Amino acid sequence: MTSSFKIETSLHDKLSVIALEGHVDAHTAPRFEEVVVAELAAGRRQIIVDCTRMTYISSAGLGVFMSYVEEIREQGGDLKICGAIPKVQSTFEILGFPEVFDILPDLEAAVRRFRDVPVRED
Amino acid sequence: MAGVERRFLLTVPSSTENLVLIREFVTTVGQQAGLEEADVGRLELAVDEACANVMEHAYGHDDTQEVVVRATFDHETLHIVVEDTGLGFDPGAVPEEHLEHLIASRKSGGLGMRLIKSVMDEVRYEFVPGHKNELHMLKRIRRP
Repeated sequence: MTSSFKIETSLHDKLSVIALEGHVDAHTAPRFEEVVVAELAAGRRQIIVDCTRMTYISSAGLGVFMSYVEEIREQGGDLKICGAIPKVQSTFEILGFPEVFDILPDLEAAVRRFRDVPVRED
Repeated sequence: MAGVERRFLLTVPSSTENLVLIREFVTTVGQQAGLEEADVGRLELAVDEACANVMEHAYGHDDTQEVVVRATFDHETLHIVVEDTGLGFDPGAVPEEHLEHLIASRKSGGLGMRLIKSVMDEVRYEFVPGHKNELHMLKRIRRP
């Protein structure tokens, strides 16, 4: 038995979209991290992580967001999150993610947010 | 604990690919115990974090080792114990840093234990050096 997990990348209005599907845990999070690293290596600094089809996330996946957001913001970009189902949103909230990340209801809202606030400032 | 106890046991090789199996096990036990859906999700997260800690830190990714998950429940409480025989590591000793400080220092350590403490009603760590380590987690069952 292996974790159900898929990851897809695409461009949406010049924004990089990483769509996660299934379970993001200690087994699958390294693949998520590889994709984030590849996006950065390709010079992309405006990244939306689309969680619409993500059914579970643990600290291993949350750690990927935390490890790269500072570097991305220092370079004028941002990492925004969208589409979290209530169970996933609850995990984000336990750790205080809404205080640090822009978390939007869907991809369109995340795209609009990038237009309005390219880099989150607190 | 009050009333008749029900006991469940899962032993798996210490590989992160088995985390999905562990989550399915505790989800089923949590549902049988009568936890609300949101609490089943919290239980799943806590046990996943505890087992991932064992696999990565206590056993250092040695998949020849085993992780044991024991579950016991009655009408009032669900008690989970995650056992290993690896390096004694007290996850409770990891200091809790503010999220923004962790991000600024590019660290994400200690998140798992923070999640466990946030979602379980009681958390206790016991270890006997050279013998075994046990993380005890308790969830009270809220009845409508």
